[in-house]
Amino acid sequence: MAQTVLQSIHVSKYFSDPVRVQVLKDLSFSIDRGEFVSVTGKSGCGKSTLLYILSTMDTDYEGDLHIDNESMRGKSEAQLARIRNEKIGFVFQFHYLLNEFTVLKNVMLPGLKLRKYPEDEVEHRAMERLRALDIDGLALKKANQLSGGEKQRVAIARALINDPLIIMGDEPTGNLDKKNSDIVFDIFRRLSIEFRQTLLIVTHDQGFAGNTDRVIEMEDGRIIAPG
Amino acid sequence: MNYLLIADIAKSLLLARWRQSLVAAIGVTFSITMFIALLGFMNGLNDLLDGLILNRTPHVRLFNEIKPSLEQPVNLSDEFKGGYNFIRSVKSSGSRPEIYNSAAIMQAISADPRVRGFAPKITSPVLYNAGTIDITGTVSGIDVVAESDLFFFKDYVTAGEPLDLKNVGNSIVLGKGVADKLLAEIGDVVQVTTSKGGRLPLKVVGFFQSGIQELDKVQSYASISTAQKLLGKPNNYITDIQVKLTDLQMAPAVAREYAQRFGADAEDIQTANSQFETGSFVRTLISYVVGITLLIVAGFGIYNILNMMIYEKMDTIAILKATGFSGGDVRKIFLGIALSIGLLGGLLGLVLGFSLSLLIDQIPFNTAALPTVKTYPVNYNPYFYVIGIVFALLTTYLAGYFPARKASKIDPVIIIRGK
Repeated sequence: MAQTVLQSIHVSKYFSDPVRVQVLKDLSFSIDRGEFVSVTGKSGCGKSTLLYILSTMDTDYEGDLHIDNESMRGKSEAQLARIRNEKIGFVFQFHYLLNEFTVLKNVMLPGLKLRKYPEDEVEHRAMERLRALDIDGLALKKANQLSGGEKQRVAIARALINDPLIIMGDEPTGNLDKKNSDIVFDIFRRLSIEFRQTLLIVTHDQGFAGNTDRVIEMEDGRIIAPG
Repeated sequence: MNYLLIADIAKSLLLARWRQSLVAAIGVTFSITMFIALLGFMNGLNDLLDGLILNRTPHVRLFNEIKPSLEQPVNLSDEFKGGYNFIRSVKSSGSRPEIYNSAAIMQAISADPRVRGFAPKITSPVLYNAGTIDITGTVSGIDVVAESDLFFFKDYVTAGEPLDLKNVGNSIVLGKGVADKLLAEIGDVVQVTTSKGGRLPLKVVGFFQSGIQELDKVQSYASISTAQKLLGKPNNYITDIQVKLTDLQMAPAVAREYAQRFGADAEDIQTANSQFETGSFVRTLISYVVGITLLIVAGFGIYNILNMMIYEKMDTIAILKATGFSGGDVRKIFLGIALSIGLLGGLLGLVLGFSLSLLIDQIPFNTAALPTVKTYPVNYNPYFYVIGIVFALLTTYLAGYFPARKASKIDPVIIIRGK
C-alpha cells in the first residue's frame, strides 16, 4: 500500500505584477513515499513556482496542499517553518550554505533547530551523513572554502539531517559541471534505493530527468504528462 | 534551549562582521562614557553649588521678625469694638528680637522625631573697631559643636581651631574679609562694639571663609555665651533656632506647625532658597538631555549597521527560513545582535565613564571662594550608571527592532529565485 507523502489539490497561482497572469493552472497530483520524481519543462513554465508552493515557503496560492496527509491551509508562519524544518529537506541551485559557519555546523543547524536530539547526537548524525557523502574530511572547513560540487554535497547532507519526509531540489545540478552533476545524481539515486527516500527534483536537464522513476512534464502552467 | 541556538547564530553573524560590530559598539561606548562623565560632573558641580548655600541653611529657622504687631491696642479695647478702626502710621516693634521661652522650645524641638538636630544662634549687628575706623558687621553667637555637626561650620574655618571658640573665653572667629581689613592675625585681640554701645575685646582664634565673599566681609562667629556677654543679655537670650530635619521635603509643613505652636516666625528652606532648587533642576535637565541625545545618535549608528548587515545577509536569512527557522527566530537573532552590541558597548561605557569621572576628580580646581575644594567635584551616584545601561539597552533595542522586523519579513522565495 503506497503512502501518500505530498498531495497537490487544484493548486493555482497568479502573478499580479504588472498584470494578472495565471502561472499555475489547477494542478493536482500526488507523490507517494519512496518515489524519485522529477519535474521538467521549459524555462518559465512554472515548475520552480510550483516547487516553492509545495515547499510551503510560498503561501499565496489557490487550492490546497497536503503534506503527510495534513492540510497546509491556514497554518501560521511559525507552524510552516516547523514543518519545513521537520519534514522537508532542501537542495537549491546555488548551494546556499551559511558562510559564517563551518561545514559541520551548516549541516547541524536544522537539527539543532528541531531539537529532536541533543547537540552531541546531532553532531554525530551530521558526521554520519557527511561520511556517507564522502566529505567528512571537510567538516571543519568554512563553507566558503569549498568548491561548488562539494558545497552541493554539503547541502544534501544538511537536507538529510532531520530524516525528512521528502527532499526537494530546485535545479540542484544546474550550476555544476558534468562530473559533479553525476556525483549529485548518484547520491540521489542511492538515497532513493537504499533508504527509500522520497525526492522531488525540479530540473530542465533532460538527462537527469530521464534517469528518475517518474517525470512530471509541465508546460505553460499545466501538467502535460503526470508520469 | 532554542535561545542558545539563536544566541549562537547571532554571535556568529556578529563575529563574521566584527569590525562593523565594533564600530557600532564603540558608538554606544562613547555615548555612555560621555553620559556618565557628564552627569557625574554636572551633578558634582550642582552638589557643590547647592552645598555652598544649602549646607549652611537650616531647614526651618525660628526667629522673631521685626514687624508691626497684628493686634493694635485699639482693637483690644471694648469701647471701640463696634466699628472698623483705621490706624495710620503704624510702626514695627523690634524691641525684643529674642525668642520667648527659648529653653522650653528647644526641649520640645529635640523631642520631635522629625528633627535631626538643632542649633541655637544669636545674631547681632556690630562694629569692628580698628584704630580710627569702624567696620560694620555681624557677630553670630553659635553652639560650635551643633553648628559643626549640622551645618559643617568646621569645614569653613580655614585657619585656627574652631573648638577654641568654646574653650577659650571671649574669643572670635573672624570672616576672612573682615580679618584682612582689620589686619588681624590669630592670637590678636579685636575690639567689637554693639549697636547698643556695649564694647568687648575679643581674641581671634580662627578665620572663616564661606565661599561667598560679601558674607566674609561682614560675618564673624563667637560662642553663645560670648555673644550674650557682648550684648549684655542673660543666658536664655537666643534670637534664632536653626532646625535640621531628617527629610528636607517636610520643611514647609514643619515650619507652619512650629510658627503656630511656638508663636514665633518660622521660615523653611524652600522659601528661603527657592532659586537654588530651580538652578539645579535646570542643570540636571540639560545634562540628561545632552546624554540622551548622544545615545540616540549612537542608536542611529546601530540602526544603519544592522540595516546594512541585513542587506548583506539576505541569503543567510533566506536559507535559515527555508530550513525551518521562523520569522520570529530571525527577528530574535537580529535583536540579539543589537542587544549584544548595546550591552557590550554599554558596559564598557560604564567602565570608561567611571574612569573618566575619576580623571576629572583628579584635575586641580582651586578657587579662593571654595576653600574646601581642591579638585573638580564629581558625583558617583550609582543611579546614573543604572540609567546609562538601561538607556544603552533601550536605544539599541529600538535601533535593532525595525531592521529585525524587516529581516523577519524577508520572503525566502524572492531571494532564492532571484539569483
